[in-house]
Amino acid sequence: MSVEAAITTPPQPDAPATSRLFAETALVRKKYRRELIAKCFFGAMAAAMVIPLILIVTYIVVQGAPSLSWEFLRTNPRLGGIRGGIWSAVVGTIYIVTISLCVSAPIGVLSAVYLNEYAKESWFTRIVNLAVVNLAGVPSIVHGLFGLGAFVYAAGMGKSILAASLTLSIMTLPVIIASTKEALAAVPVPFREACWNVGATRWQTIRRIVLPNSISGILTGVILQVSRTAGETAPVMLTGVATFKAVDGTGLLLYNPLTDQCMALSMHLYYIATQASGAAPSLPYAIATVLLCVVLLVNATAILVRGYLRSRKKW
Amino acid sequence: MATKRRPFEVIAERLIELLIKLCGISAIIFVFGIFFFVFREGAPFLAKLKVGEFLFSSEWFPTSQTQAKYGVGALIVGTLSVTILAMVIAVPFGLGAAVFVSEFCTGKVKESLKVIIELLAAIPSVVWGFVGLSVMSPIIINTFHVPIGVNMFNGAMLLALMSVPIMVSIGEDALKAVPDSYREAALALGSTKWQTVYRVLLPAAKNGLLAAVLLGVGRAIGETMAVLMATGHSVRIPDSIFDPVRTLTATIAAELGETSKGSDHYQVLFLIGILLFTITFIVNLAADLAVKGIKKQ
Repeated sequence: MSVEAAITTPPQPDAPATSRLFAETALVRKKYRRELIAKCFFGAMAAAMVIPLILIVTYIVVQGAPSLSWEFLRTNPRLGGIRGGIWSAVVGTIYIVTISLCVSAPIGVLSAVYLNEYAKESWFTRIVNLAVVNLAGVPSIVHGLFGLGAFVYAAGMGKSILAASLTLSIMTLPVIIASTKEALAAVPVPFREACWNVGATRWQTIRRIVLPNSISGILTGVILQVSRTAGETAPVMLTGVATFKAVDGTGLLLYNPLTDQCMALSMHLYYIATQASGAAPSLPYAIATVLLCVVLLVNATAILVRGYLRSRKKW
Repeated sequence: MATKRRPFEVIAERLIELLIKLCGISAIIFVFGIFFFVFREGAPFLAKLKVGEFLFSSEWFPTSQTQAKYGVGALIVGTLSVTILAMVIAVPFGLGAAVFVSEFCTGKVKESLKVIIELLAAIPSVVWGFVGLSVMSPIIINTFHVPIGVNMFNGAMLLALMSVPIMVSIGEDALKAVPDSYREAALALGSTKWQTVYRVLLPAAKNGLLAAVLLGVGRAIGETMAVLMATGHSVRIPDSIFDPVRTLTATIAAELGETSKGSDHYQVLFLIGILLFTITFIVNLAADLAVKGIKKQ
């Protein structure tokens, strides 16, 4: 058909000109079909992450349910850990988490303050940032070797709660640095300028203006550090956590943090699941349930705190 | 007229600034400290060490009374094979999920997906190892009819699940960093979302996505407890993905407790630590350079 013929040919009587103009061609239909396929495909990829999480958590909780009770939580383990409860492991985890938090929170926050408020764009700052990234990337077992070489032997602490906590505090430092840095960077520069203009020094500005305005990020980092510390196993098994330790009483003051080794939930799970024989089949599931509950609840708290404080933000 | 600051305040300010600077460089101190102290424990063995034999021989008989041999070749192959298999599984899922979270969903769905990814990342590695040992192992035996359930495939599945969250979050950041004007231009030309993703966003964000993958690799190489519990314990070069293998990390964790301080075996384990430190250092450096690449554009 020639061009003239195409122009002069009247439209088909059963199809008005406009609808024919905007009708979906095969190409467009193909385009939308592909769009739908792509969306479903990527959605399936995302769902493939959600489903294992739910399945695994449910399975562990269901399997562990027969052993779980308040008594289980509050009694000390007996017979090398295969009978009784898990109280001394819970206390050990609390000790390790608390001490390492006390060490890494101040260092981490101040380190982030340095990186965000003091450091200039330079090769040195870049190296510091690179060191933070690498500290986060060092395998946990290498942190354990470091703790063993530095704290247990070189510093003469022996295998103790203190050595294990210090090892973990260095390992989790990047968690606090990263989230604090992000929070500090979110505080608008004019806030600082206004403060400097009324004569405040740099530190006064940071203490009165910058830190209070970035508390949500700092808190999130601290909470995430807690959850990370509670679940870590490899570094503490080399530096101060025993597979089994008999203790007296069921209070909170079971160990001397400077000299004693302790039990910890994560290590207890590893030991019961792989090496102990004769334990009830539901026991490792029950320990895993407690550990999962602690970690997931702490993380959920972090998410809620962040959401709440973000909603209250005034800028 | 400016009022003078009291001397106490000036000194306090100086002190606190000094403290902040000290903390600021603490990360560097710690990284060097890790290298120094791990190296110090392993160093005496360097004199006796033949590097070629150490790296490439797969004869690992550390406890032999007469002729102890320390070849980590099989362990390196074990680490690499588990990591590669894990990445084959994790990269499509991780990047696919990152694209879905970043481009295909909005509002509540997006928020809840991000929360779930964060929770997935929070599950401790010892719990993953336990899952591999007592949940996945029987499933693998029954599905694939293989004699041993704790093997390379099991470990790789766990590592994939563990490294997907970091890929999703870094990958999503990389996609978010692409300017919206790119998306608007693509949409204005009549392209669908998929076409935008495929033709515009993926090429534009490729460095960030590469960094996401590299960080996932770093995570997988350094993972200890999951592979210790779920990949079996045979030090040999695997023939199939259902063979049990042993990784570098698992070897340290499994054997260090049985060695006495200062023995050859003990020192070799610390040298393996230095090897791991070096590998992850290079991987992280590469990821960092990839990210810096985007920022320069």
